[in-house]
Amino acid sequence: MVEFMLPKDARPTKGKTHPAPVGATNLRTFKIYRFDPDTGENPRIDTFQVDIDTCGPMVLDALVKIKDEMDSTLTFRRSCREGVCGSCAFNIDGTNTIACTKPIASISGDIKVYPLPHMPVIKDLVPDLSVPYAQYASIEPWLKSDTPPPTTAERLQSTDERAELDGMWECILCFCCQTSCPSYWWNGDRYLGPAILLQAYRWIADSRDEAAGERLDNVDDPFRLYRCHTIMNCTNTCPKSLNPGKAIAEIKTLLIKRR
Amino acid sequence: MVETTTQKRQLRSNLSRVRGLGSTREGVHHWWAQRMSAVALLPLSMWFVYSLITLTGADYQSFHAWVSEFGNSVFLVLLIVTLFHHAQLGVTVVIEDYVHSEAVKMAMIMIVKYGSMLFMASSIFAVLKISLAG
Repeated sequence: MVEFMLPKDARPTKGKTHPAPVGATNLRTFKIYRFDPDTGENPRIDTFQVDIDTCGPMVLDALVKIKDEMDSTLTFRRSCREGVCGSCAFNIDGTNTIACTKPIASISGDIKVYPLPHMPVIKDLVPDLSVPYAQYASIEPWLKSDTPPPTTAERLQSTDERAELDGMWECILCFCCQTSCPSYWWNGDRYLGPAILLQAYRWIADSRDEAAGERLDNVDDPFRLYRCHTIMNCTNTCPKSLNPGKAIAEIKTLLIKRR
Repeated sequence: MVETTTQKRQLRSNLSRVRGLGSTREGVHHWWAQRMSAVALLPLSMWFVYSLITLTGADYQSFHAWVSEFGNSVFLVLLIVTLFHHAQLGVTVVIEDYVHSEAVKMAMIMIVKYGSMLFMASSIFAVLKISLAG
């Protein structure tokens, strides 16, 4: 649904300020979105003065430091801290990215950390991603093959066939692209979104898969696929430098090809 | 989000909501028609703009004579059909993007489709009237 204003009870208010410990000299200001469903209050933007001299280099290091030393109620997802799990995806400094590979030094001024846009917020920086997960399940992201696997070896794939999957297997499903897409904001209930379409193409392009036609049928829909208007926020924002926009174009090309 | 209005629908699983009533399997047609008409519009509109420039300052009779010329009439009719078809396809997508009330959406799409047909028909008849009157 198109919404140009947040609902009244979702508009952030000015929150608390947490000053840096006495004696800290090298400070950076973090403005972090806070929401606690138990209080019934509006979300608020809290300010944290972080001592950068005793903090790791990445935005995630600062969030962990804040949780450890300044406010233990700050809630966010994180796991691998090295850009392979996709948990710590936030809107940082106005762009969706993963906090663990985003250097604090790359941001000038206050560092704003918000949850991924246009998703229901569970608490603080934790969005409800159950719809995108269901959309991922809907494209059936597993190998489908009627030919039984060889009894003596794995299903073989040439080097060239394997290369077709480059730029897609690296996706960590952080949903930075998905939640940066205006088409997904407006029609996220029916449009599959860039992350899911990249994965759909990952299976269509897999030489070992035998269900390409069925997979194309599944996305040949004005909403599921064709809400993509090549806005390209997805490709701009991807923290792994992948190109969901190109994958969507490949799917559209294949749909023309098979006519 | 699929906003749920009744208690019954809230218990439906996310996968069930996302799968919905299934794929229409006809998205590609609309998209292809938009691309094909866009490609056709390139030379047609360049020809039209070029013609208008050459006719700058011409009087009514010269315009009349230009329209009634066989080749110009044919290209004008082609331009009119392609232009209104293409515009109607594009505006429909915009409405689908932004209007979420099914009733309002249906009404607006009807206005756009019927409206474009009305403009298309009247423009073609205007050309034919001049052209056939010779």
